Amino acid sequence: MKYLDEYRDPVLAKKLVEEIHRITTRPWTLMEVCGGQTHTIVKQGIDEALPAGVRMVHGPGCPVCVTPLEQIDKALAIATRPDVIFTSYGDMLRVPGSTTDLLALKARGADVRIVYSPLDAVRIAAANPDRQVVFFAVGFETTAPANATSVAEAARRGIDNFSVLVSHVLVPPAMIALLESPANEVQAFLAAGHVCAVMGWTEYEPIAAKYRVPIVVTGFEPLDLLEGILMAIRQLEDGRAEVENQYARAVKREGVPLAQRQIFEVFEVGERKWRGIGEIPASGYRLREPYARFDAERRFAVEDIHTREHPACIAGAILTGEKTPLDCTAYGVLCFPQKPLGAPMVSSEGTCAAFFAAGRGIGTPARPLPQVAPIGFVPAPAGTSTGPVAAPAPAVRAASAPEASR
Amino acid sequence: MCLGIPGRVIEIRDDAGLPMGKVDFGGVRKEACLAYLPEVQLGDYVIIHVGFAISRVDEDEALKTLEILATMGDLVEQELATMGPGMDAPAVVSDDGTPATGAFGGAPS
Repeated sequence: MKYLDEYRDPVLAKKLVEEIHRITTRPWTLMEVCGGQTHTIVKQGIDEALPAGVRMVHGPGCPVCVTPLEQIDKALAIATRPDVIFTSYGDMLRVPGSTTDLLALKARGADVRIVYSPLDAVRIAAANPDRQVVFFAVGFETTAPANATSVAEAARRGIDNFSVLVSHVLVPPAMIALLESPANEVQAFLAAGHVCAVMGWTEYEPIAAKYRVPIVVTGFEPLDLLEGILMAIRQLEDGRAEVENQYARAVKREGVPLAQRQIFEVFEVGERKWRGIGEIPASGYRLREPYARFDAERRFAVEDIHTREHPACIAGAILTGEKTPLDCTAYGVLCFPQKPLGAPMVSSEGTCAAFFAAGRGIGTPARPLPQVAPIGFVPAPAGTSTGPVAAPAPAVRAASAPEASR
Repeated sequence: MCLGIPGRVIEIRDDAGLPMGKVDFGGVRKEACLAYLPEVQLGDYVIIHVGFAISRVDEDEALKTLEILATMGDLVEQELATMGPGMDAPAVVSDDGTPATGAFGGAPS
């Protein structure tokens, strides 16, 4: 397919890998924010082709994974009502709530339907005026215009039996929360291409400047990711911290203004709880007052549901990149895609599911958490910038040993 | 759900005030909302996410990216060709052309 196949060319990919090896003189830690990028990186083994010491940390950019447990429980509470048709993107159906999941409810007779587009949910509402139709409006900025349009269309067409359970999250506040964390090791970001397609990248410029962190807006194909990594490492090696755009074929600096206008007609920025991370101020969208009558939480009085995570699940540390699935005692043992404990194992964009699908660390017995040595900035010894860097190697090896042994 | 896929616009119409269209993904055709991209014409490539066009693919930029990637490969080859034996830098590729060692002389990654 055009605009896909040419960005998967193995010859060009090899040249990009060589160039990354050529320019890299010291260890660097990069984070790709988006779950779609994580999937490609792990599936194609891009992280394993990078120079030793260059580490890809998988970020919190999977909307399914960061939707807090209590929103899932609210969805379950609403979906069990006999008067409700509960509609959702397919990925949300197997996300475990505290007692069950939407798919299990569906099997027990609840009217839970998968929709491809939120407009499908509006159509279902129009066709079923005697039922309440609820759409689970999750996602990052990429999905926000679509979800906003569904609410605006329901309002415009007077479809009052439609409502949305909103769990919308934003990338920049999550990046800031990671950068503010004392445990942060991320030195550069690959920003999510499609989030930036909608929003542009002006929001990222102050972040790059304040935290001295390179940010490269990056696409999703293997060549996009390799070029994004190359651009980020080049900035790190040069001591620059700018916002650059690798994904120029789809992303403009100002984004798509009409999509942004649609978002802010329906939503406003507010605090949001992130699964595994906690509450981050001004990190999500909620409905504006003129659209509050479409808020399913109010309509079905489920605002007061609060719940806790499974104790064995380290989803929070996975989502912030502090730990990998291979550090988890439950991974592949108590937790696998057919029976996930936490959200990163559910979505195909989740880090744990991506590792599992690539066969990483599967079939080996559970083991205690390894002691991970911190890989922060380790200056190269003077005069060895083109040669092997001896000093940081032990720390790097220690940290990457679990992956290497598998 | 977060994925966006490029497809070619093959139909544009007005659905009771909402700009809609059909998009072809290499043979698979889907409905899509075109409300945010009024400039889109038949035959344009757009990126579709959950049934909405979120970006028009810029053909010039797409070609430019591929050209830069292709040229950069040549630069690497030229650069490698200038490096004789006995240089300080570790080998980037082994004899069979696969990446053999990292810049830190580590084990194959």
